Amino acid sequence: MARLQLSKLEKVYGGGFKAVHGIDLDVQEGEFMVLVGPSGCAKSTTLRMIAGLEEVTSGEIRIGDRIVNALPPGKRRIAMVFQNYALYPHMKVRSNLAFGLRLAHVPKPEREAAVQEVARILEIEPLLDRLPKQLSGGQAQRVALGRALIKKPEVFLFDEPLSNLDAKLRASMRVRITDLHKRLKAEGRPSTVVYVTHDQTEAMTMGDRICVMKDGHIMQVATPKELYDRPANLFVAGFIGSPEMNVIDGEIEGTDFRLGGQVISLDEAVLNRMQSKPQEAALGIRPQHMKLSAGNGLTARLRSAEFMGHEVYLHAMLEGKEITTVAGAAEYDALDRSDERIRLTPDLGHAHIFDRQSGRNVSLPLAG
Amino acid sequence: MTDISHASDVITAGADGLAEARAANARQIRNAKISAAVRYVILFGVGLLMLYPLIWLVGASFKTNAEIFANPGFIPQQPTTEGYVKGWETSTPYTFGRFFLNSFLIIIPKVIGTAISCTMVAYGFARFDFPLKKLLFGSVIAILLLPNVVTRIPQYLLFRDLGWLDSFLPLWVPSAFAGDAFFVFMLVQFLRAIPGDMEEAARVDGANSWQTLVFIVVPMLAPALISVCLFQFMWTMNDFLGPLIYISSVDKYPVSLALKLSIDTTEAFEWNRILAMSVLTITPALIVFFMAQKYFIEGLSAGGVKG
Ligand SMILES: Nc1ncnc2c1ncn2[C@@H]1O[C@H](COP(=O)(O)OP(=O)(O)OP(=O)(O)O)[C@@H](O)[C@H]1O
Ligand SMILES: [Mg+2]
Repeated sequence: MARLQLSKLEKVYGGGFKAVHGIDLDVQEGEFMVLVGPSGCAKSTTLRMIAGLEEVTSGEIRIGDRIVNALPPGKRRIAMVFQNYALYPHMKVRSNLAFGLRLAHVPKPEREAAVQEVARILEIEPLLDRLPKQLSGGQAQRVALGRALIKKPEVFLFDEPLSNLDAKLRASMRVRITDLHKRLKAEGRPSTVVYVTHDQTEAMTMGDRICVMKDGHIMQVATPKELYDRPANLFVAGFIGSPEMNVIDGEIEGTDFRLGGQVISLDEAVLNRMQSKPQEAALGIRPQHMKLSAGNGLTARLRSAEFMGHEVYLHAMLEGKEITTVAGAAEYDALDRSDERIRLTPDLGHAHIFDRQSGRNVSLPLAG
Repeated sequence: MTDISHASDVITAGADGLAEARAANARQIRNAKISAAVRYVILFGVGLLMLYPLIWLVGASFKTNAEIFANPGFIPQQPTTEGYVKGWETSTPYTFGRFFLNSFLIIIPKVIGTAISCTMVAYGFARFDFPLKKLLFGSVIAILLLPNVVTRIPQYLLFRDLGWLDSFLPLWVPSAFAGDAFFVFMLVQFLRAIPGDMEEAARVDGANSWQTLVFIVVPMLAPALISVCLFQFMWTMNDFLGPLIYISSVDKYPVSLALKLSIDTTEAFEWNRILAMSVLTITPALIVFFMAQKYFIEGLSAGGVKG
């Protein structure tokens, strides 16, 4: 329902610790934006500033056409879902849902109708007269979701809402939340979402766009596919994708990429994309793009293999650095493992060259 | 053949083993019963010992004056309510009911004032940042550690200048403005143990600080608040020194002073009257305690967080 804009947002905590370093983020109306990053990278701090629970040190937060910096949380037209549900323990589910409307002096019949509607959407009708302590984790999280939904806010804020649930429930709640988001959009009241998580599966599956953060800086904002295919820097490259992207340090000499005693000759597929040729470079390539080959290619020493069902993760040492590659189960069976040596051919069409100094990806394709 | 006989050996061995296990189990149950019996006897004995003075007090209040000293047992030989009747009349123009009324005129505003003011102050200390907070909280702790008697004289002078002597005001007004550091401290500690998430959720839901306090914090604080009220009630009921210092006219005496009064004015002590009125004096505290006991205990165990 509203666009959310952060500009030059900074947060310095009481002790003088700078948690957020002037970030800019533009979340479009109706967009599902995921904030992801390792623990302590200030995802929660950023979200709490948007909610108004944490004071902004400097910078600006806009929701729609209003600057909300000075508004209390209740006046920002936002709703928030907390990691540990934060249901009011002494109120029945019904009152938990209706609390916000009650404070807004919505008349009782309307309130009741709203509660019924939300309860129907989230399938919590039988739970309305229970206390929070009589709910399971998944039910409690649905109630928490309902409490946000009932207010029809302009922006939804989620802080790791699923991390207290078990894997199966998390998967189903994930679908439920994205479905809800789509449904609201289809009903003509698109809701802007900022969703914090440290789980990259959640980030990749739920987000329209993902904002990757590290130490209070934004590393990249892009669609899941773009993050995966064109990571802007080494951090994003390592953070997104499982198994992790292989990053092989080396030097570029002419069209050769040298690592230890071995050489990869960079072909047109890479050279054309390179914006600069850093001296100290790193070649980034996903395990899926390291093909086992017979005869030629890089030589690596096989250390271990993880059987994942239809494929096998091979861990090998390449010039003293551990790398991973993915092979089909049949391919792995056919592999000659007698001398522990495997040969690998990188698919350079999917390779990235990083500047080791700055961490930047210097081989981004200009388009597509 | 050998196989079969072997198998039957195993079965009988198994049956023997089972019988043995049953016997051992029975032994354990018997031992547990014996030790429980021993424990209960000891507990009952010690409990009786501790309650004996109270039981004796109740028994003696129904005895005649002569019997109180003649008969050490607690069951009265010729039960009489004379102590209660005469005691209630007192040797003053007022009945004991007047003194009870006085007590409650102090206790009720004091308890209500304490609950409200201490909650507000504790909420402030536990949840907000403000200038000089450390210093102020430090002074709360300092007051907590300060012996009461130290402030008696300055307080007396202050209330004298305010013209509050011989009124109930000095006895309850300070408490109604969060003057009891102990309760503030107790509530602050309790609040600190409650996660702030619910309050944040309430703020996102549109509640201001007062609404958050009233709708969210106070209900969660209820067990601690009940303890506060209970303690304040009992301590005020039993307070002797405060009324002794500030109240001089007999018609304003609370029960604690009135009891003393009956000892002072009667030449030959009518012990059964004093004992009878003592019983009446402790009754409200007992009733309140037993009524609040459920919440009291709930409060002690309600800290557990569900995972
Ligand atoms: N109240 C505070 N005072 C001082 N520093 C704080 C405070 N809250 C958080 N920080 C610091 O700010 C940084 C960011 O914290 P934040 O909670 O936003 O991280 P996060 O990305 O949400 O991490 P997680 O994934 O573990 O929840 C951390 O280094 C943390 O130590
Ligand atoms: Mg966090």
